[in-house]
Amino acid sequence: MNRDDARTLVAEVLARIAPEVDLADIDPGEPMQPALDLDSIDFLNLMTGLHDHTGLEIPERDYPELATLDGCITYLTERT
Amino acid sequence: MAEFRMPSLGADMDRGTLLEWRVAPGDTVTRGDIIAVIDTDKSDIEVEVFETGIVDELLVSEGTEVAVGTPLARIATTGPVPAPVGAEAPDARPTLSDPASAPTKAEAPSPTDVSAPPDAPAPSPGAADAPAGRPTPWASTPVAHPNVFSPLVRHRADELGVDLTTVTGTGPEGAITRADVEQGAGSPPPPGEQATHSSPYARRLAAEAGIDLADVTGTGPDGAVVAADIEHTRAASTSRPDSSPDSTPGPAPGPAPGAARPTRQQSIRRSVARLMARSKREIPHYYLSTTIDLAPATAWLATTNAERSVTDRILPAALLLKATAVAAGQVPEMNGHWVDDAFVAAEQVDLGVAVSLRGGGLVAPAIRSADELTIDELMSRLRDLVTRARTGRLTSSEMTDPSLTVTNLGDQGVEAVFGVIYPPQVALVGFGKIVERPWAAGGMLGIHPCVTATLSADHRASDGHRGATLLATIDRLLSDPGAL
Repeated sequence: MNRDDARTLVAEVLARIAPEVDLADIDPGEPMQPALDLDSIDFLNLMTGLHDHTGLEIPERDYPELATLDGCITYLTERT
Repeated sequence: MAEFRMPSLGADMDRGTLLEWRVAPGDTVTRGDIIAVIDTDKSDIEVEVFETGIVDELLVSEGTEVAVGTPLARIATTGPVPAPVGAEAPDARPTLSDPASAPTKAEAPSPTDVSAPPDAPAPSPGAADAPAGRPTPWASTPVAHPNVFSPLVRHRADELGVDLTTVTGTGPEGAITRADVEQGAGSPPPPGEQATHSSPYARRLAAEAGIDLADVTGTGPDGAVVAADIEHTRAASTSRPDSSPDSTPGPAPGPAPGAARPTRQQSIRRSVARLMARSKREIPHYYLSTTIDLAPATAWLATTNAERSVTDRILPAALLLKATAVAAGQVPEMNGHWVDDAFVAAEQVDLGVAVSLRGGGLVAPAIRSADELTIDELMSRLRDLVTRARTGRLTSSEMTDPSLTVTNLGDQGVEAVFGVIYPPQVALVGFGKIVERPWAAGGMLGIHPCVTATLSADHRASDGHRGATLLATIDRLLSDPGAL
């Protein structure tokens, strides 16, 4: 998966969780949870959404890498 | 023949909009099926049907707003029917809510027969006793309410000075719910909004077909004209059927007079405001807090989740909820409702979960019998509930009163929350965020993840000692998560 596709995927999954958010408005280097007001269930739904689309098993110990938008994109492009 | 009426899904709800039908005439429905989606101003609720049978007629079209209690659909019941409890109907006339005694030919549907007019003697409960100014043709029967099973409801009616015989029940099998009573304490639905002589659907069909209702013989309750009557008249006459495929919604009651409709946000805010103000006015709160060592719990979670795919993982919140539910089962004074100067213990632990809504607002739907679910089941219910609460798609059974509520503000980054109890509940359990703290255990100092658990409790229903027992029980249960 290239970075553009990964970004699109994250945007799609986030749109279901935080429909009012436009990804262009967020700082890709900042942690998403506080920025988008996501709680633990939202974050789990994000991980699940990425898993469902890519088949990637994301172990809990990797969660910190996926805290930011850039982090998610990098994680996905390195593994898919 | 049973009716599905606009339910009251909150104490301050007096009207709702039928957004979407999930069934059509002729469909078979089973108790518990989602029959419609209703917009209550605060959220969209998927409403479950109480009857089992075949949908006979949809009386209200999508997009129509009606008062609570307005009949929305008629269902020919085929399922087990409730025997009337202590019925004392004068001259044993068959009543609408008593299909068991209706003549059997009305109850022997063949699927092709669904739209035939009931030619049994039309049950007319309203005829002899329709109170003046109460225009519902499908009015509740005059029997001493066998449908009022709940002492909670009777107490509330006494408290509010509401005469139960004037209240239309929107609960299972026509039972009167607490919300119905509270609605009854307010103003009755304005007259003219509920058809006295014809169903809205019938009126629309008549308008489309150019038929004058006065020319039609009604076979519904009280001689009301129902859709089937229009069909018969239309078939009998030689007028060509008017097929206007996009029917405008049937004659809907006028919009709320005066001011513009509040937005969903405003409605939610107002509702929370009323509830919280009432809570602080009526409930003498006391507050307790305790810090719980979550080392065993987080270790158990890490091990369990490591072997699981993302979709099956469990969050700490699920453990906290399960422990609270089980503890509530062991300390019953914290699980129930304060009604009419007394505590009424709940029969099961229906755990309310306070869910914050994006854009502001709070809703606290219930996970039923939460103490009996496995952790996996509870996690799954929680996820589903939170997701649907945020997208505005809760079901009606989730909106009825929990017996105890939990508020979990851990993700917002505060360590402790001393919340406001949701009346008529008597307690609210709070959890803050999980933080690492120095912890002395077994004479050794280490770093443990800890959580501050709090209790806000109604001092009329319990004393500090029992409140402390609840928190201590939660603490003990969380020390052995595998057994939860």
